[in-house]
Order: sequence, then C-alpha cells, then structure tokens
Amino acid sequence: MSPEKAQAYWKENISMIIKLLVIWFVVSYGCGILFINELNNVEISGVKLGFWFAQQGAIYVFVALIFVYVKVMTGIDEKYGVHE
Amino acid sequence: MELQSLIYLFVGVSFAVYIGIALWAKAGSTKEFYVAGGGVHPVANGMATAADWMSAASFISLAGIISFKGSDGGAYLMGWTGGYVLLAMLLAPYLRKFGKFTVPDFVGDRYYSDVARTVAVVAVIFVSFTYVAGQMRGVGIVFSRFLQVDVNTGVLIGMGIVFFYSVLGGMKGITYTQVAQYVVMIFAYMIPAIFLSLQVTDTFLPQMGIFAQTTFAFNDGVRIIPEGTYLLHALDMAVSDLGFNDYTQPGSTWNTFMLTTALMLGTAGLPHVIVRFFTVPTVKDARVSAGWALVFIAIMYTTISSVAAFSRINLIKNLQNVEYKAFVAGELSHADGTPNNGNWFKTWEKGGLIAWTDRNGDGKIQYGTAKAFDGAKGKPKFDGTKTAEDGHRLALNGKPAAGESELAKGNGIANELYVDRDIMVLANPEIANLPNWVIAFIAAGGLAAALSTAAGLLLVIASSISHDLMGQVIYKDKETGKTTLNEKSELMYARLAAVAAICVAGYLGINPPGFVAQVVALAFGIAAAAFFPTIILGVFDKRMNKEGAIAGIIVGLTVTVGYAIYFIWGGGVPADYFMGIAPASFGTIGTILHLIVAFVVSRMTPEPPQHIQDLVENIRIPSGVGEAHDH
Repeated sequence: MSPEKAQAYWKENISMIIKLLVIWFVVSYGCGILFINELNNVEISGVKLGFWFAQQGAIYVFVALIFVYVKVMTGIDEKYGVHE
Repeated sequence: MELQSLIYLFVGVSFAVYIGIALWAKAGSTKEFYVAGGGVHPVANGMATAADWMSAASFISLAGIISFKGSDGGAYLMGWTGGYVLLAMLLAPYLRKFGKFTVPDFVGDRYYSDVARTVAVVAVIFVSFTYVAGQMRGVGIVFSRFLQVDVNTGVLIGMGIVFFYSVLGGMKGITYTQVAQYVVMIFAYMIPAIFLSLQVTDTFLPQMGIFAQTTFAFNDGVRIIPEGTYLLHALDMAVSDLGFNDYTQPGSTWNTFMLTTALMLGTAGLPHVIVRFFTVPTVKDARVSAGWALVFIAIMYTTISSVAAFSRINLIKNLQNVEYKAFVAGELSHADGTPNNGNWFKTWEKGGLIAWTDRNGDGKIQYGTAKAFDGAKGKPKFDGTKTAEDGHRLALNGKPAAGESELAKGNGIANELYVDRDIMVLANPEIANLPNWVIAFIAAGGLAAALSTAAGLLLVIASSISHDLMGQVIYKDKETGKTTLNEKSELMYARLAAVAAICVAGYLGINPPGFVAQVVALAFGIAAAAFFPTIILGVFDKRMNKEGAIAGIIVGLTVTVGYAIYFIWGGGVPADYFMGIAPASFGTIGTILHLIVAFVVSRMTPEPPQHIQDLVENIRIPSGVGEAHDH
C-alpha cells in the first residue's frame, strides 16, 4: 500500500471516529449532564427526558454507535483493500 | 424445596459447570494461556468481556447506589458503558492488530523502552490487585449471607474454584467459564427485575416499567399516593414529602461531569478488559466484539435504573409507619391484602445491613432523610447480639427523639432507619415476596459476578509477571533483545504466578484493607491516567516518543495517586478538593495532565526511530494481522 493511500485511509477513519464521538458526547454529556435540566422539561409518561438519557437512553445510543462504526469501517477497509 | 437446599443446588450446579469447562479447556501453550489461542468468536468474547467487566459491585451494589442517589446515579451508568465506545474506536482494533499478549507488551514495544514496560507492569499489577481484593471480599460476603458459612470459609472456597479454572485453563478456561457465568448472572439479575416490574407497574420489561403507572396506592407517611400514578411521579412525591431532593432532580453538573469522565476513561484503560480483545481472530472481530460486549452489558445496565426506582418505592411502601413487632412476626398486610412479611428485615438485621432505632418511642418504623445513628456514614453500632424491647437489635448510637426542625423538614417524619445500599439487590426478592428459587438464583448470580471478574484480573496479574517481567525484562538477551525463556518454562512461570496471585488475593479477601471502596476508585483513576493516554497516543500520534510517554505516565500516576493519598489517608478534607473534585473523579485531571506533558516533552525530544514509526503505520491498517504471536 502506498503511503498516500495509507494516509487517505487513516484520514477517513479519523473523520469517522470524530463524527461518531460527537454523537457520543451529545447523548451522554450533552443530554444526560449539561442540558439535563432543559431536557427534563419534556416528559413522556412520567419520565423526564434528561433523566432518561442519563439512565437509559445514552446506553442504547452507545451500542448503536459501535455497530455503525463497525459497518462503516468494514466498507472503508474494503474500499482501500485493507480488509482481512 | 426449602430455600437453603435450593441455594446449595443452584450454586453447586453452577460451580460444577465452571469446573467442567476448566477440565475441557486446559491450556497447552503460552498462547492459549494468555490469549486463549487468539481464536475466540467475537460474540463469545463479548459475553466473556461483559462477565469480566461486571463485578460483584455492579451486581450487588450499583442499583442500591442509584436508588439512593437518584438522577445523579446516571454518572455510573453512562460512565461504565460509554467507555466501551472509546474502546471500540480508539483502542481495541489497533491493539489487536499489534497482536501481542499484554498491555505492557504494547507499551514496551511501542515506546522501545524497558523502563516504560516495567512501569506499565507495576501499574497493571497495582490496578488489578486493588480490584481483585474487592472481588474476593464479594465472594466471601455472598457465601456468608446465602450459604450460612463464615466469610473466610467463603473466600477459601472461591479461591479454590478460581484456582482450578484459571491455573489449569488460563485465558482459554477463563473465557469459556465467563461465558457460562454471564448467562447465570444475567438470568439472576433479570428474573427478579421482571418480577418486580410486573408487581410494581404491571409491565414485563423493566426498562419500560419506569414509563408505567403504579399498581397500588401507598402511604408515604405524609399522604396516600394513589394507584395509577406514573412511577417516577410517585417516587418524586414520596421522597420530597419525606424531605429528600426529588429523585429525578440532578445535583451538581460539574461533579457528575468529572465522575462520568473518570469512569469512562478508566473503563477504556483497564488492563483486564483490554486483554480480552487480544483473544479474537481479526481486527474487525475486535471492533464487533466491543459492540457485543456492550450489548450484553447494556441488558443489565438499562435494567438497573428501573430496579433502583422500584426498590426505593418498595422500601417506602413496605416500611413506612409499620409496627415493628407485628411486621417481623408476619402479621401485617398491605391495603390490597397482599402480605407484608418482615421476615427479611430480621435476616438482614442480623447481618447489620439494616437497623432500626425507635427514636419517638411509638413502636413503628419511620423512614426519612436525616441519619438515625450517630457516627461515620450513620452506621449503627450494635451492642453484641442484644435486642431492645421490641425485639430489634440494640444499637448503642441511636439518636434521641427528633427536634422541631427535623420533624418539619420531613413533614412530621424523622428517620429511624439505617439501610445499607447492598440490600436493594440482595434482599429485593424477599422484600417483594418472590419465590425461593429466585433468591437461590441471585446467590448463584452474585458469585458468578465476583468469580468472573476475579479470574480475569488474576490472569492479567499472572501474565504481567510471567510474560512481561520474567520473559521480557529479566530473561531478556541483551544482544538480540529476545527472551531466553522457552515456552514450557514461561507457561510454568505463568501458572506459578497465577497461584501466587490467588493466594495474595485470598489474603486480601480475608483481611480486607479497611478502605476497599476508595482503593477501587483509585484503580479506575490509575487506569485512566496511566494507560488510556499512553495507548491512544501510541496509536494516534506517530511522533510520540519514549521520553514523552514516560514523562506522561509518571505525571499522570503521581498526580492521581498523590491526590488520592492526600485526601484518603493524608488528612485532607473535602473542603480542600481542587476545584471541588473528589479523589474518585481525579483520574480525569490526571489524564489531561498526562496528555499535555507527553505532548510537550515529545516535541522537545528526538522523534522515535523509523522502525517504530513503521510499526505505528502498520497497526493503523487492519490487513496482515497475524494471530496473536509470541516474540
């Protein structure tokens, strides 16, 4: 693999990670901590939204993020021919 | 069948399964011993990681902590799961591609330095031992509470079982027993949770139970909260009537932020979790496996907040204003006719996990905010096994009758109870009158949680000693840089190290240092401040050199450990906390300082040699992964 190609592969990987970690930050630190009071004004069946994110919702998103990462990276790996 | 026989049956069968797996999975080579031969299916590895990760504390204590903390307990739930996202994207795939056996392997090779390797070994051993001490204690506690044996006997039995499958089977034995332990553990957690959810909210899935309405009216001591109130509304009403903050009301944003971060970084840096990703065949498997691990963890972790809420409501509903004598004699029932049998209160009172002092002399239990007993953490000091006139255990430090202001705060209710948080999971089935086999299952589940984590930690200690210290530092050929230790003797050293580690862990379990909780928090801080940045920089910053890495590790470790020592043992008081950060959350600061120092020092010193830069290029790309190989 040429150095340029390796660099391009790495760049795509990093930009993917950054995008997903932004979501990771928003659902946990954002919804569950920093803006929990604002979100708590929204209530579904007695459950305040901020509270739900902090105690359940963030975890579901975490799981989804990892599987999205796996799927996207598998595609990028194949695109660059570096899959196993 | 009687409860005690059921417990023996469930625990006995589960132990027989673990031993059977150990015999089947005997390790024949160092590769099998350290990384299970590198051929574990990613889903199986995910399950094993979940069991490895979820300790006795997760299983026994976490729901209780959240039950009393309310909204802020989210820090633990998010922190201990969010770390897996970091693992999956920033660590696991690259470490798998690197393809050696241990975390010190990576640190030593990437930073071409035996000093770095040795520091890493010491940190690994310290982190793992502090953690394992708590686990062995957990084993002892579960044994003593459910099997009616002495705590120390319980620890010895636990040591025997772990000895069998970790010394014989190594990582291979541990991996497959952890899969079995996960299954035991998750059923043991979910079954009572589902029962509770049905009972309190008539909803099958506990995760959905918090969205439902209560199936009963109950008197919180101040007013009657009607049937059909939304669960969290009912809880908020009840706790605020009694003078607590609302259950769903968040506290300090800053503290929650720092604690969550420390737990996330610590999770991603814990050696016994990281090594699990060396056991799968490919880089892609390492990524997927982190996802599966989190799925298996999430099944339990998304249930915890519901269990916490259900048990807090149950506590108030069952205990508020009940007459002690009639309660423990089994003479009381709820408004709807279901029995409210206080037998469990007697059982756990014996163990000192719950206590009552009749401050107002009305013969009834009151539950409210203030401490009912004088002394550290409001714990009761019992007068031996003596009982007071109502038949409850006599405590010497019960507070006198409440004054005006305390009564006003609790709308007439002054607290007379001490409740240990562990009771929320352990006694839940009894409190809710669940069938005996559910209680027996909880005993087996608690043991599975403690044993699986203990075994994973012991293996990490053993491989750090035999592989990293003996193989790569002591028996290293100075000229070739290769180890002179042959496969057979390294495997023998690994087994001996495992035996030694089990003995030390057992000793710590029998003679626990009096500060296990703080030390475990410190273990997280160290994992965060020492390992997480070193590994991340090793992969993502090609320019990072040995000078930067060593300086970073030293600063991260010193700051985190120093802060903890000063505030836990050195007489520091919370008022002096740096920016209000508790020692448990200080790993976050340690990590940040580590990153800054490592960056600055590395830019002022020569860049790493070419072969190291090539190594970094190589681990960034998935293809060409070998099986986890020997040197």
